[in-house]
Amino acid sequence: MITFWFAVLVLAWVLYFVLEGFDFGVGMLSPVLGRDEHERGAIVRTVGPFWDGNEVWLVAAVGVTFAAFPDWYAALMSALYLPMVAILLLLAVRGTALEFRGKHDSPSWRRRADLLLAGSSAGIVALWGAVLGILVDGLALGSGGEVTGTGLAAVLLGATFLALRTTGPVRRRARDVARHTGTAGAVTLLLTGVGTGSRLTLAAAGIVFIAGLQARRSREGTAFAAVAVAVAAAVAAVFTAHGDVVLRSTLDPAWSLTRDSAAAGPEALRLITVAGVLILPGVLVYQAWSYWVFRRRVASERVPS
Amino acid sequence: MDVLDLTRLQFAVVTIYHYLFVPVSISLSATAAGFHLAWLRTGREKYLHLTKFTGKLLIVTFAVGVVTGLVQEFQFGLGWSSFARFYGDVFGPTLAIEGMLAFFLEATFLALWYFGWDRLPRRLHAATIVVVAVGTLLSAYIILAANSFMQNPVAYALDPDSGRAHLTSFTELLTNEVVLAAFPHTMGGAAMAGGGLLMAIGIWRASADTAFRTLSRVGAWTMLIGGAVTAISGDHLGKVMTAVQPMKMAAAEALYETTTGAPFSIFAIGELGHDRPFFSIEIPGLLSFLGTGSFGGTVQGIDDLQAAYTAQYGPGSYVPMIPVAFWTFRLMIGAGVLGMALAAYHLWSNWETTRRVPLLPGFLQPGAGTPRWLTRFVLLAPVLPAAANTFGWIFTETARQPWLAFGISTVADGVSPGLTRAEVIVSLAGFTLVYGLLALVWYRLVVHLSRKPLVPEASPVDVPDPAPAY
Repeated sequence: MITFWFAVLVLAWVLYFVLEGFDFGVGMLSPVLGRDEHERGAIVRTVGPFWDGNEVWLVAAVGVTFAAFPDWYAALMSALYLPMVAILLLLAVRGTALEFRGKHDSPSWRRRADLLLAGSSAGIVALWGAVLGILVDGLALGSGGEVTGTGLAAVLLGATFLALRTTGPVRRRARDVARHTGTAGAVTLLLTGVGTGSRLTLAAAGIVFIAGLQARRSREGTAFAAVAVAVAAAVAAVFTAHGDVVLRSTLDPAWSLTRDSAAAGPEALRLITVAGVLILPGVLVYQAWSYWVFRRRVASERVPS
Repeated sequence: MDVLDLTRLQFAVVTIYHYLFVPVSISLSATAAGFHLAWLRTGREKYLHLTKFTGKLLIVTFAVGVVTGLVQEFQFGLGWSSFARFYGDVFGPTLAIEGMLAFFLEATFLALWYFGWDRLPRRLHAATIVVVAVGTLLSAYIILAANSFMQNPVAYALDPDSGRAHLTSFTELLTNEVVLAAFPHTMGGAAMAGGGLLMAIGIWRASADTAFRTLSRVGAWTMLIGGAVTAISGDHLGKVMTAVQPMKMAAAEALYETTTGAPFSIFAIGELGHDRPFFSIEIPGLLSFLGTGSFGGTVQGIDDLQAAYTAQYGPGSYVPMIPVAFWTFRLMIGAGVLGMALAAYHLWSNWETTRRVPLLPGFLQPGAGTPRWLTRFVLLAPVLPAAANTFGWIFTETARQPWLAFGISTVADGVSPGLTRAEVIVSLAGFTLVYGLLALVWYRLVVHLSRKPLVPEASPVDVPDPAPAY
């Protein structure tokens, strides 16, 4: 039961990082790929119907962590107090910038919303990168590597998503960004992989390279899927990095939290199992349906008037 | 202030703020669904425009509710990790189920509805906003059930080794007598909040479009009916509260001695101590009636309860902040009643009738029209219910003190160990700043959206629909 809930927890976090990852990337790329107000509007519209549902995966992931592993939730949140508060504040800025942007006609309003959206998206990605790094290294701040890696992953996810969901100049530019970051990412990963001898990293390098290639051949769906798979694998690797230990103490290994010691009681686990089995498949179905309903690309070219 | 008080203040700030927007979202989603169904049934353009207008208000309000609600889910671990550890088995599943069952539904279907006008078949599209409205109610119910556990812990057992609370029955948690009473009370209050906003915009913009007049009437009726539900369920909630948290009711009246036929003071000047205040207006027997259902009933006093709790739970003070409890209780009722009066007056003065009531002055005659002073103070319509909701929650939560979960553990036991003052002060400042700016931007946007004509100008060029991406 504990293993099952650990799997559900990893799935929820993976879905959160993949789904919100692409809309973070879209947010970061909007000032880069959108040359004018109209194009930036088109970029924001590609995630308009999805970002909120994506963000609920954070609610689900945190909820599942709290429900199934209350000690882990309590330790992680209170130990990472300020980074978590910063993430929450930036998420607040980002969510409202996204939703408020199109509701006002003044150009200065939209420009400010675009800036806030891009800035907060970049900030959140950096902070999540640091938090994921902490999960791997234990509760001591690691190097900047995770932050750069997470940023690159978000840009790649965002670029392939935009290439998939737009037409016209934005689609072309998104494809270029995907190709370049794909190649750069693949080279970095290849070098790291050769250096550390990690097969997983080499596999990731391959996937990222393929993604860049597919984006170039305008097979954007495959490109996006490839990046999503790579990000999902990376997040899953972070959560399972220390096997049974979910939160490593850097002071004394004996203080580390394990799955068993952090887990909730059997009654609580039974309850969320029933609830999860009944509810989550339905959630996946209707979210997939919403992606199907809004499957049309968003036009980024200007209609001559 | 020490870490505990600062953490309490922070929780109060983010929670009160969150709950300014939530009731409006709950109310507006139901109203938008109502307008949408009315349009589907009658085919009248007016309802279509009102559906779209209410939808815009809903989506900007919902966005603020979402981003501030996210904070709530993290708060239990950030500031109250001991609480999260000890009640994780009760609180965790409840929050997780709320997220999976209700929040996903609201977020996904609101987007489907808002962006789905030309993507979904008509009936299916209308169904999506109904799903949103149901989702908000589900959310509210589950969260209230979690809060009711803190007021009146049920369905748990304490583990003898770890001292942690274990959930014994989810059904029992969901049918806590407190949540059964608090849900209609809170939803009535929520209806009033959204109704007040619509009524204000309707009155303000009445001259621009006749549809705004409909809007103001719908808002006023929502407020009035919501107010009636709040009052009736509040009476019941008062009785449940007197039974499970007698200290709260005693604090609400600053009643120190156990009294038979206890009075209720409408107003008081002077200290709310053991001596009678300097001046007060009292209604004899009303507190007994509110608490027990009989004017001659006995209400326990603060002193007796303190003595009983000391004997039961050990030495310490079990008395909440009396002036806060006393005044928030009155301000809640006062603001709610004033809001209802405003709504009733608006409906009365816009009643299309030629009937005259003898002896009434001109401005009180039915159909006299909205007087100018009301249009000037129209902001009162949304502010009064918001104030009533806020005071109600401040009363409920502060008069629970010192308990975190009544009778099991205190608030001081729940705070995160190792939290520093600096951390809490920095985050409190951050939340206050960002939330303050958010409120300003939200207000600006609502004003802007209300100023726009209800009927959109036709777009000059027909943009060709691009092909599906997949």
